[in-house]
Parts: sequence; C-alpha cells; structure tokens
Amino acid sequence: MKSTIKAALAGLVTSTAMLTAAQAEDIKVGILLPYSGVYAALGQDIDDAFALGLETYGTDSGVTFEIVREDTEVKPPVGLAKTKKLILQDEVDVMVGVVSSGVLGAIRDTVDGAGVPLIVANAGNDEATGEACSPYITRISFSNQQVNRPMGQWMVDQGVKKVFTIAPDYAAGRQMIDAFTTAFTAAGGEVVGQEWPAFQKTQDFGPFLANAKASGADAVYVFFAGGEAISFVKQYDSFGMKAEMPLYGSGFLTSALYVEAQGPAAEGVITALHYVPTLDNPENAAFVAAFKAKTGRIPSEYAVQGYDSARALVEAVKAGATDRATLATALPKVAFTGPRGDLKMDPATNNVVQPIHVYETVAGPDGLTQKVLATLPAEADPVNGCAMPAATN
Amino acid sequence: MTADLGFWVLQMLNALQLSMLLFLLSVGLTVIFGLMHFVNLAHGSLYAFGAYVAASLAGVLGYWGGFFLAPLAVAAMGAALYFTLIRSQRRAGPMAQVLITFGLIFVAVDATRLVWGDLPIGIAVPAVFEGQLSLLGVEYPIYRLFIITLGLAVLGVLTLILSRTQIGAMIRAGVDNDQMAACLGINVERMFFLVFVVGCALAGLAGAVAAPVLSVTPDMGLQILIPTLIVIVIGGLGSLKGAVAGSLIFGFVQTFGAVLLPTLSSVLIYALLAAVLVARPQGLLPAKG
Repeated sequence: MKSTIKAALAGLVTSTAMLTAAQAEDIKVGILLPYSGVYAALGQDIDDAFALGLETYGTDSGVTFEIVREDTEVKPPVGLAKTKKLILQDEVDVMVGVVSSGVLGAIRDTVDGAGVPLIVANAGNDEATGEACSPYITRISFSNQQVNRPMGQWMVDQGVKKVFTIAPDYAAGRQMIDAFTTAFTAAGGEVVGQEWPAFQKTQDFGPFLANAKASGADAVYVFFAGGEAISFVKQYDSFGMKAEMPLYGSGFLTSALYVEAQGPAAEGVITALHYVPTLDNPENAAFVAAFKAKTGRIPSEYAVQGYDSARALVEAVKAGATDRATLATALPKVAFTGPRGDLKMDPATNNVVQPIHVYETVAGPDGLTQKVLATLPAEADPVNGCAMPAATN
Repeated sequence: MTADLGFWVLQMLNALQLSMLLFLLSVGLTVIFGLMHFVNLAHGSLYAFGAYVAASLAGVLGYWGGFFLAPLAVAAMGAALYFTLIRSQRRAGPMAQVLITFGLIFVAVDATRLVWGDLPIGIAVPAVFEGQLSLLGVEYPIYRLFIITLGLAVLGVLTLILSRTQIGAMIRAGVDNDQMAACLGINVERMFFLVFVVGCALAGLAGAVAAPVLSVTPDMGLQILIPTLIVIVIGGLGSLKGAVAGSLIFGFVQTFGAVLLPTLSSVLIYALLAAVLVARPQGLLPAKG
C-alpha cells in the first residue's frame, strides 16, 4: 500500500517537473482587483484594459500569459488572504492590481517577504513608494502627492491667491490636499480655510459649502472621488458658487468614468490628473479606439493604468525576465511612451514619473469632454523616507 | 466664524433640508414599528430602490415621471415584501425580523448592482427648480427649498390624517393597544398592510427627491439607515411627533456640528443619542406614555 502511494507520488512529482519544464516560457499573472464593492467599476476598467494591453503588446513577446483573477472586495483582510492564495497556492510569477490603498497597506509585507513582484495599478498612498517602499513593489499608476503638487504653482501662475480646500477625512484625502497646499503656499498662495467632511458619511455638503462661501477665497480646491464627487460637484453648482468661486481640484473629481452623471454641473471645473482620454498623441488615439471597440466605453484614468501595467509587464519580459526574481529587477527599469506620454520609473522609489495634465471639463458634441489646458512636466516625488533595499531572491 | 446673518440663514436652511429628507424616511419606519412592532432594517434599501427607479424613469419620462412613479414602484415592492416575508415573520420576534431584514439589505445592494451597475448615477434637477432664490438676503437653491416644502406638506397631510380621520383614529388605537383595537372590530392586520405600504411609498418618495441632490449609488440605502435609526430612537418609537423632533434634532446637530465643531461633528450625534438613551430610553416623544 505504502509503496503504491510512493510510486504514485513519484509519478506525480516527475510529471509536475516535466510540466514545469514544458511551460518555462509561461508567465503566471495574479490579478488582484475589486470585482465587487464600492470600487467594482474601477476594477472592471483596469481588468478590461489590462487584457487589451496584453493583446496589443504581448502577442509577439514569445511567452504566454496565464491569468488568475482574485476579488479583494475592497476589504484589506480579504485582499491579504487572496494575496497569500495567489503566492502560495497558485504560485504566480507576478501580481497586478490593487485599487484601494488600504488593501495595498495590508498586503505590502506579504508581497515584500515572499519576493513576488507587484505592479500597482491604482492605489496611490504616498507611503507605498515612500517609507514603506519595497524593491518588489512597482507603481505604474500615480501617487496622491504627484497628481496634486503641480497644481499649487500652476494656480498661483493663473492669479489665484487665496483658496479654500475641502476633502474627505481619510488618508488619501489628507495626502492629496496637503501636497497641494504645501506647493501652493510655497508659490506664494494663501489657504484661507479647510474642511474635512467625514469620509463616506457625508451626503450633504451644504454646510461646508456655506463655510467656503463665507471665507472670501478666490477659489475652492477639493478632492473627492466616486459617488461623493458626483454629489459634491452637483451641490457646488446648485448653490450657484461656480461663477464667483471657480472650482479646482484633483482630477478624480471629474473623472471620465462618471462625469456624465454630474452633467452640466461639471462644466468649467478645472482639475489635474495623469491621464484624460482627450490627450492628443498617437498612442492615446490608438488606445482610445481599441478600448472603445472592446468595451464600448471611453477609457478612464483607471483603464490606462491597467493598460500600462500590461505594457510594463511585457516590456520586462522582452528585457529577458522569466520568473519572480528577474521580473522584480526588470520592472523598475521599464520606460516607454504610452497614452499618458513618456513614462519611466524612479529608481529611488519605484514610483512612476509622468507628466500631469491640467484639464477643464467642457461641453462637447457628444456630452461632456476634457479640454487640456496645460501639461506640466514630469517630476519624481521626493523619496519620503524610502531607502530602497536590493531585491534579495 | 462669521457674524454675517446670511451665513446663519443659509445653514438653517441646510439643516432644515436635511431634517425634512430624514423625516420622509423615518416617519414610515417609526409608524411601521409603532403599529406592527416590526423592525424593518431594509427601509433604507427601499429608499435606494426609489432613487434608482426615479433616476431610470427620469431618462424616459422626465423628472416628474420618476417623482410620481417611484413611490408607487416602491409601494408595490413593499407589498410584495409584505406577502413573502413580513407577514410570516410578524410573530417571529425581533431577532428573526432583524436578521431577515438585515439580510435583505445585502440582497438589495447586490441586486441593484446587477441591474444598474456599479457606477453612481446622477440626474438633473427639474427645469422649474433650477437656480437659486433670494431669501432673507441669501441665495438658496430652489430645489432644496422644494424639499423643505415637500417635507412640511407631507407632515401636514399625515398630521391631518392621523388626528382628524377615522383611519387615523384606528391607526392610533392600533399603536396604543393592538389587541384591544382588534377586539373593537378593527381589522388590524389590514391596517398594518396599509401602513406598511404607505411607509414604503414615503421611503420611495424620499429616494426620488434625494436623487438629484445626492448621487445614486448601490450603498446609499446602507448609508442612510443609521441616521434614520438615530432619528427614530431620539424621537421616540412609533410617533409622528417623535419623527419630526428626531429629524429636526439630527438635521440641526449634524449641520451646525459640522460648522461650529468640525472635529467633533461625527461624534456629536452619537453622544446625543447616548444621552437620550440614558435619560429617556423611550425617546423624547414616544407614542405610548
């Protein structure tokens, strides 16, 4: 009996070994995204565009990409459990995804400890490429400070001297606004007041808008996303404040993903982001056309992050990476010109370095569209306490 | 802080607007509880359903189509719920009722995601209520004034029905002592059904009215549930007056808390809730003495 089992096991081991040898040119990709919960729409955009990116760039790479999808449900403990499953059970070569900064914080140590390269396709918390940076974590999306900092100088240049800021009271809200106000005051502007409504508990922004109105500011600078962004922009407009106090903000406020739900209330709002679908370059034209053909939707900034994640992975593979260790060294070295413009990785933090686009939401022939007012040059984030160790496996 | 009178008028109106929205929601829930001793935690989901129906119909029939049909659709949904789940659980005790209606919330959230998708929906304010009105020296959005007016109108009609009509007297009798009311020949069960459906319709109306101001998201029902429960616990279970008082207290504490004590604003209302529970566990204006 015992010998039978032994023989069977031996057979199994040999066949597995042969299987591995036969599939040496395969890269197993674990996708970790929210397919349910409040960020499900974001996860879907990233997933669709990642698939499109692999189709576009991966076919002539000589390897096949095997995809394993896991749903984080936007819950840190669930994200951690799914990460362990992808690393230990599925034995993926590389992980892609993570929308919520909370989930990224929860899985950081596991990913770092296991030495599995992770391409962050959204989560923007500054620490991930700051004090908690890891040689295995490469962020292709953005950092919270990166999309807001350039607006400080730009708004002062436009003659805005006094602002009032409003953002939800949680880590991302604080990081976005703090990055902006630091740059804005350094450029000679003045912050005359700030409001921090409770995150996801505030439906009515009326009280905060009345405070902003009474502050005597030249303009209001805000960060909101998703449902809160829709409510905020509509309520700002309903109080008739847009004319006397223009609304500026982080570009997620009027994301192409949900700007239609804001309707005419979003017209004239000026924000900054790393991507808008109306960027005028050949790579973006091709991307927008392909994404529309595949999904029927206009690509959002989340979509481009998924697309560029796939491209970064393919570039790393083309540079000779085949497994966890080689991918981890190759990923932070990728650089390419994509729909967003010239992208490269900052070797000090493994965060993307990219231009930031200031855009105004305007009425176009088929609904609201984005008019790019300025493209601010790419600059790397300060290292923020990141002492990047070398990859050790 | 500003000494400008207009600022305070503006915030008063904000508080009143929030109060009236909460009143539309809590009055149905509190009367259902008072009359049926039934805890319907899925009340917020009915509100979300009303908002979604109104948002969908607004695209086809315009705002007013959604405004009038959403409460009817939610009432129909309420009737369906009554016959499938509520009636059989009437005598099952609060624990079973809470579990079932709590489960319904999650079913409702995922059902709305399947039908309407994950992306928030927004609808425009009807053309007649666009813009602002000058009132006591401040410019206030007309649509918000409409919400305040509508809340006051519903309050007036309900007060009239409950205090001046036969059906109102029957409902009050049922709330006070349902067994005695049944002995006097009142068909209490049929009245329960009527009140439940009307309560659902009011939740649907609240959803339809809130849709142009807030964004319509799958979890909006869950977000509004806690404020609604706080309103009826502070006001006192089962009474119209309690719902009014609770809504006004919540609206004003929330609004002026955010203005005057921003760091404490999210705690204030819970502190008040705790104080009420310690001092008057039955609420400020309960239905039964």
